[in-house]
Amino acid sequence: MIVIAPHSLTTEDLTIRFGGHSAVNAVSCGFSPGELTVIVGPNGAGKTTYFNLISGQLPPSEGRIFKGDLDITRLSPSARAKAGIGRAFQLTSLFPRLSVLENVRLAVQARAGLGPRLLQKVSRFTQTWEAADRHLEATRLTDVAYLPAAALSHGDQRKLEVALLLAMQPDIFMFDEPTAGMSVDEAPLILELIENIRKDGAKTILLVEHKMDVVRALADRIIVLHNGELVADGKPDDVIALPIVREIYLGIPAEDVA
Amino acid sequence: MSGVPEMANAGAAGRSVAALRRTSGQVVLHLILAGIFLCLALAPFLFGDVRSQQVAARICVFIVLVASYDLLIGYTGIVSFAHTMFFGFGAYGAAMTLRAWGPGWDAILIGGAAGVLAAFVLAALIGLLSLRVKAIFFAMVTLAAASVMMVLASQLSDLTGGEDGITYRVPGLLKPATKLLTDADGKVVRLFGVALNGKIAAYYFVFLSCLVLFGVMLRIVASPLGTVLQAIRENELRAEAIGYRVVAYRTAVFCLAAVLAALAGIVWAVWLKYTGPDTALSFAIMIDVLLMVVIGGMGTMTGAVIGVTVMSLAQYYLKDLMQAGADATAALPLIPDLLNPDRWLLWLGILFILLVYFFPAGIAGTLLKKDR
Repeated sequence: MIVIAPHSLTTEDLTIRFGGHSAVNAVSCGFSPGELTVIVGPNGAGKTTYFNLISGQLPPSEGRIFKGDLDITRLSPSARAKAGIGRAFQLTSLFPRLSVLENVRLAVQARAGLGPRLLQKVSRFTQTWEAADRHLEATRLTDVAYLPAAALSHGDQRKLEVALLLAMQPDIFMFDEPTAGMSVDEAPLILELIENIRKDGAKTILLVEHKMDVVRALADRIIVLHNGELVADGKPDDVIALPIVREIYLGIPAEDVA
Repeated sequence: MSGVPEMANAGAAGRSVAALRRTSGQVVLHLILAGIFLCLALAPFLFGDVRSQQVAARICVFIVLVASYDLLIGYTGIVSFAHTMFFGFGAYGAAMTLRAWGPGWDAILIGGAAGVLAAFVLAALIGLLSLRVKAIFFAMVTLAAASVMMVLASQLSDLTGGEDGITYRVPGLLKPATKLLTDADGKVVRLFGVALNGKIAAYYFVFLSCLVLFGVMLRIVASPLGTVLQAIRENELRAEAIGYRVVAYRTAVFCLAAVLAALAGIVWAVWLKYTGPDTALSFAIMIDVLLMVVIGGMGTMTGAVIGVTVMSLAQYYLKDLMQAGADATAALPLIPDLLNPDRWLLWLGILFILLVYFFPAGIAGTLLKKDR
């Protein structure tokens, strides 16, 4: 069956089991260009696992994933990245001993498909360097460009995580708690960057986020995962008002709300 | 051997003004490298005796062998024990053909090419079949492959000469009796007192071949591919996530390193005029290569130059030095016994421990890190 839908990303009955436990259970959901979807749910709900399935770090036990109408279920993470699915990680995952600039440049280089060149000097590819510089500027990391990534503060490492995602220039942006652990001063920059991507109108954005103010400010749509299942999907105000959401996410028993 | 070492972070170094400022560590490193380069380039004129030339040629060949191993272990983080096996492929390829066809460049070319091709094919097979598994299993697979090749080389004695190896002659140009330049009387011309004979030609064949191969490797580590290898070493998961096919890159660099090692093997076979398990295949060589890359500094390329030089000098000259020391201290108690040349391995061991202690990232690696 080929799914023909305006969706840029679709998961069909996506399931992964670890032993007997279904971390993500039959999640069917479509995401559209220009839409920012926030995925919420309590810890252990399967949000990051759902991301891992989409970006290819984990193979699903069942179900399929489509980018547009291309079935990417069996593709490797690198092939999905080339297909336009970009991902920033919840637990910062950088190239620790390489410089900040080099971290970003590697992502630009991957996007440009220059990796296999082995007899030309890296310094010759000036466009790659310029693009990397731009992404560093956008994330306010220019001042630390020549420090090893491992030497950055937590907040700057989170920014670099986002800079790598920007450098990949994907169609699908997946942010996994991008502002977690960031100071109050730093978080707005990341939210502004996400807002700018949304303004583009052609990108699909998936965001895992806990902070309710952020969710309200950014979300076009909220989906709620609970015990690996999709339990709610809709406009922010509607979803937040749902009794089941209040119960599982805010910890308020449904009868109290009712 | 351009004299400019590529920093581990090759990309940024090439263009930033900040990186153009040299730290004192880098200056020291450059001076050491320039010194080694000059000594190797002028070896026949600086050191007249046969043994020194043997040492110089071994340093040249092993720089290529160790640098190609550094591509694997230092740049990409692949641990392999099959590197001497690939070295042996090149050496045996050239040696078997030289013995079968007689001395000639065609034998070196065809036999060497066959050896290189065999190294490439086997590396591709090992890489594709086993680079997906964990590093430790991959290391075991390479160990097994190398052991099988050792057994084959010793059993197929019709082809390989078994444990005795193969002795053969090399093309006329490289024979000691050949006169490169003759004066009016038909005598060989001497330059700075050194006869311009085939021995010189043989040395420069080794030196220039190795210089070219090392230059190629310096270029590779400064290329986009070289930066991808470092990304894989630093964080395999993220390298894959930003769009690099990690298995493909690993396999590619494994093949590349195998080919470079095989080419070094050809040069070694031509220089030695003998190829046997002890010169081109044994695990003792593999251990030497490992020690050299660690002493020099993994992931630096220039570390190969320093590691090979230090180790080779120690292996060839430590005994002489100890003999001299023992003679000089003959009147004292105990010390002459400690310095007895028979105990040279003990002192070599102490030297390694001191080097690793004072240069934890290898000599080149530690110098590059200094002042940063």
